Amino acid sequence: MAKMIDRPSGLGAPAGPDFAEQERAWEAASAKGKTRSGPGSGATDRTLSDVPLKTIYSPEDVAHIDLARDVAWPGQYPYTRGIHPNGYRDRLWTMRQFAGFGSAKQTNERYHFLLAQGQHGLSVAFDMPTLMGYDSDAPHARGEVGKCGVAIDSLADMETLFDGIDMGDITTSMTINGPAAIAVAQYIAAAEKKGIPRAKLGGTIQADILKEYIAQKEWIFPPRPHMRIIVDMIQFCTAEMPKWNTISVSGYHIREAGSTAAQELAFTLADGFAYVEACMAVGMDVDSFAPRLSYFFNSHIDFFEEIAKFRAARRIYARHMREKYGAKDPKSWQLRFHTQTAGCSATAQQPENNIVRVAYEAMAAVLGGTQSLHTNSMDEVLALPTEKSVEIALRTQQVLAYETNVTNVVDPLGGSYFVEALTDEMERQAEAYFAQIEEFGGVIEAIESGFFQKEIAEASYRYQRSFEAKERVVVGVNAFIHDDEQVDMDLLRITEEMERAQARSVQDVRASRDNAAVTETLERLQVACRDPKDNLMPHLIDCVNAYCTEGEIVEAMVKVYGRYTERSVF
Amino acid sequence: MARPLRIVIAKAGLDGHDRGAKVIARALRDAGMEVIYTGLFQAPEQIVQTAIQEDADGIGLSILSGAHMTLFPLVVEQLKEQEAADIVFFGGGTIPPDDAKRLKELGVREIFTPGAPLQDIVDFVERECGRRRELVG
Amino acid sequence: MGNLYSTDELVGEFFAGKPRALARAISWAESGRGAELFHRLYGHIGRAMTIGLTGPPGVGKSTLSSALVRKARLLGKSVGVVSVDPTSPFSHGALLGDRIRLTEHFTDRDVFIRSMASRGHLGGVAGATIDAALLMDAFGLDVVLIETVGVGQSEIEVAELAQTVLVALQPGSGDSIQVLKAGIMEIADVFVINKADHPMANQLRREIRSMMEMLNFPGWVPELVTTQALTGDGIEELWAAIERHAAYLHASGTYREKRRQTFLHQVHQLALGGLERRLERSLRDIGDAGTDPYAAADRVLETFGVGKE
Repeated sequence: MAKMIDRPSGLGAPAGPDFAEQERAWEAASAKGKTRSGPGSGATDRTLSDVPLKTIYSPEDVAHIDLARDVAWPGQYPYTRGIHPNGYRDRLWTMRQFAGFGSAKQTNERYHFLLAQGQHGLSVAFDMPTLMGYDSDAPHARGEVGKCGVAIDSLADMETLFDGIDMGDITTSMTINGPAAIAVAQYIAAAEKKGIPRAKLGGTIQADILKEYIAQKEWIFPPRPHMRIIVDMIQFCTAEMPKWNTISVSGYHIREAGSTAAQELAFTLADGFAYVEACMAVGMDVDSFAPRLSYFFNSHIDFFEEIAKFRAARRIYARHMREKYGAKDPKSWQLRFHTQTAGCSATAQQPENNIVRVAYEAMAAVLGGTQSLHTNSMDEVLALPTEKSVEIALRTQQVLAYETNVTNVVDPLGGSYFVEALTDEMERQAEAYFAQIEEFGGVIEAIESGFFQKEIAEASYRYQRSFEAKERVVVGVNAFIHDDEQVDMDLLRITEEMERAQARSVQDVRASRDNAAVTETLERLQVACRDPKDNLMPHLIDCVNAYCTEGEIVEAMVKVYGRYTERSVF
Repeated sequence: MARPLRIVIAKAGLDGHDRGAKVIARALRDAGMEVIYTGLFQAPEQIVQTAIQEDADGIGLSILSGAHMTLFPLVVEQLKEQEAADIVFFGGGTIPPDDAKRLKELGVREIFTPGAPLQDIVDFVERECGRRRELVG
Repeated sequence: MGNLYSTDELVGEFFAGKPRALARAISWAESGRGAELFHRLYGHIGRAMTIGLTGPPGVGKSTLSSALVRKARLLGKSVGVVSVDPTSPFSHGALLGDRIRLTEHFTDRDVFIRSMASRGHLGGVAGATIDAALLMDAFGLDVVLIETVGVGQSEIEVAELAQTVLVALQPGSGDSIQVLKAGIMEIADVFVINKADHPMANQLRREIRSMMEMLNFPGWVPELVTTQALTGDGIEELWAAIERHAAYLHASGTYREKRRQTFLHQVHQLALGGLERRLERSLRDIGDAGTDPYAAADRVLETFGVGKE
C-alpha cells in the first residue's frame, strides 16, 4: 500500500555522506559476526510468526513511508499512532480482568473483590454449558458446570451475578457467542429489574460467531441463520443502548488456535468487515452502527511483532471503513480494541514464569495502544485462577500504568525504523489474505471451504515442529528445565456438589415460574425466527423475563435454524 | 504385511479447543499410524463405540474445559462395560498433577500435560499400543 | 502373535452379533488372515444392498452418506459404512476424519462405521474394502455403503464392486467435468448433484445429460438426482432411484452377474497377490551369471509349473 515517494518529509530522509560511511562500516563488521549457538538460535532471523527480520533497521527501510498519509498523528486518520490525541495521558486503558466460575453467587463475590482491588470494569466468563446453550442439568453439561466460568441458566442467575453492583455505574464485558443475544437479553432484564434503564447500560457483548467456526468452535446454529441473529442484535442495541458495544470481533481465539500474527490480524478484520456488510445489506447506514463495533486481540510473546500488529490494525481498519464502506463519521474509522495476554504462551511447568511473560505481553499491548486489557493469571494453564494469582495479574497492569511511565508519551515507538517497517509488513500480509478471502467469495464461503481452519492448522503444526526442534524456546519446557518438576500450588477447584446444587437451582426456577408464559414467549420467538423482518431481541427479552432457561430458548431456536456440524480439517 | 497401529483421537464434552488434538493426530500420522479423529463434543459412549468399530489399539482424549474428572472415568467405565479395556486409553489437557495421578489410578494409562513433547507422546503410543497389538493380535 | 479371539471364538462372537467381532474380523482380513474367516462366513453373504459413493473432494459425500444412513434407519434397516481415505505416501500413516459427519449415528447400535486407509493392502485397497463390505453383509447388516474420496483408478475400482454406484458431483466446480471425462460416466448408476441450491446446478444437469446422449446404455440408464444433503432435500428421490436400480439388477439377472464379477475380481487380486509374493521369493534366489532375462524368466515359470506358451 505504501509507495515510493520523493519528498523529504518521509521518515527516511537521506542523512548525508558520513552516515552512509558509517552504514558501510557496520555492514562490514556485521558480515564478520558469528551467529550464536544454543537454544532458540535457529530462529533469530524471524518473528514468532516467521516474518523475516533484518539484523538492524535503518532510514532506508522506511524511506517509502509517507508520514502524513501512513503515520499521521494520534487521533487522526488513519490512526496508526492511536485513536486518541493524548493517548493514555487523558485516560488509562480499562483494567478488565475476565472472571467467572462456579455459581453466580461465587462469581459475584469475586467481582466485589476485584472492584475493591481497583479493577475498572467487569468481564464475565461463562461455563461451557452456558456457552454452548445447555442448562446445568442437561446430559451434555455433565462434569462441565461452573468449571471454566459461571453457570447462568436463567435471569435468576444473572440477577444474582450483579447483586450489590450498580449496573448503571460499571461497564460489563460478556464473553459469549452462540447464545450471546440471550445473554444480552438477560443483562437488560436484570438491570431493568434493578431500576436501571437499558439506555444507561455500558459494556460489550462478544457475539462474534464467525471466529467460532474458524477457531473457538463454540457454535450452535449454522453460519447464515446466525448472521441474522447478530444483525438483529446490532440493530436493536444501536437503537436502544447507545453506550453498548454491539460486538467484539475477536482475533484472540484465532491466535490461540495456532495462527500467525498476520492471520490473526487479517481474519479478525475480515470478520469485522463481514459484519459491516451484513448490516449494510439490511439497509443500516454504516455510520449509525460502526462506532459501536469493537475488537479483541491477543498479545503474544514476540514483543515488537505484536506492537506492529496493533498499529497496522488501526490503519487497515480506518482505510477500509472510509474508502471501501464509505463511512463518514471519524468514529466509524477508529478501531477500538480489548487485548488479552496470550493463554497459549503460558506453561504448566514453572508457572511463576508466566507472571513475567504476562508482563511483557501487557507492555506490548499498551505500547500498541489497547483500550482495555486482561492479564492472565500464572496458574491458568492448570486451573481457574486463585484470588492471589489474579491479584498479581491485576498488579501487573497497575505497575505498568503507574510506575513505568510508558503511558506518558503517545505511541512512543512511532518513528522507530523497525516498528514502522514491521507495521507496513503486517499491513501488506493482511491485504494479501483479504484478496484470498475475496477469491472464495467472502468469509462465510471461505469458512465453508475450510480455508481459515487449514491455514491455522498448518501454522499451528509448523510452530509445534519448530518448538520440538528447539528452534523456538519456551523457558522451563524445552530449555532450563527442572529435573524433578514439582508444581506446588494451591489451585482453585470446583466441586461436584456445586454442579448438583446448580442443577437443583435451575429445576427450582422451572418449577416456580408461570409455565404458560414460558410456552407462549417461546412460541412467539419461534415465529419471529422465521420472519426476517421481526427483530428477535424484544422476543428474547420477553422469554428471559418469563424465566425461560437458556437451554429452552436455544432448543426453540435450534428447531428453526438447525445445529451446525463441522467438517474435519487438518 | 503388518497393519499400522490405529489410534482414535477424541474430544469429549463441550470443549472446542482442538489445536492440541489435531497436532497430535498429525504427529501420529507422520509416525506411520492410522488416526481416526472423532470430531468435537463426543460423549464417552460415542468414543468407545468408535474405538470398537475401528478396532483401535489406543484412544487419546483431550479435554481443556476442566471436565476431565467426570469424562475420563466415564470412558474407562464404558470400556470395561463393552469388554474393551485392553484398548490403551491415554489423554491430556488442562489437568493438574493431582488429578492426573488420580486418573491413572482409575485406569487411564498416561496423562500428558501442555508442553509435553510430541515425540514423548508418539513414543508412548508406539510402545504401549505396540505391546497391546502383540498380546491381542 | 497373540489373539483376542481364536478363529472359533471370533466366528462365534461374529454370529452372536457382537460389533467387536465384526471389527476384529475386518482387521483380520486387512492383515492377510481373511482366508480363515471367509471359509466359514462366505455362505452368509448376499443379503445386503451395497452402495458405492464416489466423487471429487469437497462435493459433500460425507454429508450425503449421513443423510442416506438416516434414511435407511428410518426404514428400519441396519447400515454399515466403509469410508476410504487416502494414506500418506510418505509416512504410510493416515488421518481418517470422515466419521465426523456421521456423528449423529455413533451410538446407534445398528450403524457400524469403519474407516479405511488406502494403504498397500493385500489385494489392493479395493480388496480390503470389498472384504470389509462382505463381512458387514455376512454380519447381517441390511445396507452397506462404501464411500471413497476422489475419482482415481482405485476409487473407480472400489465403486464398481458395489451393486449400485452413486457418483456425486457439485455445480460450479471444474472438477465435475474432469470427473465425467475420467471414465466415471461408464460406472455411474445414479448421478447425484449435491448442493442443488447452487446457481449452476441446472447447467450441470444439462452437461451430464448431453454427455449421456453420446453414450449407449443397453441396460440400465443412469438416473440423475439433485440433492441438498444438509437440509435433506432430494434424499427421498435418491433412495427411490437406488431401490429402482436394485430392483432392475434382480429382475434382469445382472445382480448375479455383478456378484460373479466381484467374486472373480477378488480371486484375481488374491491370486495375483499370492503369485507376486512367490515371484518375489524366486527372484531373490536367481543368480545372474550368464543367463539372459528371457531364459531366466522361463526358468522361473517352470518352477511354478507353467510351461512355455
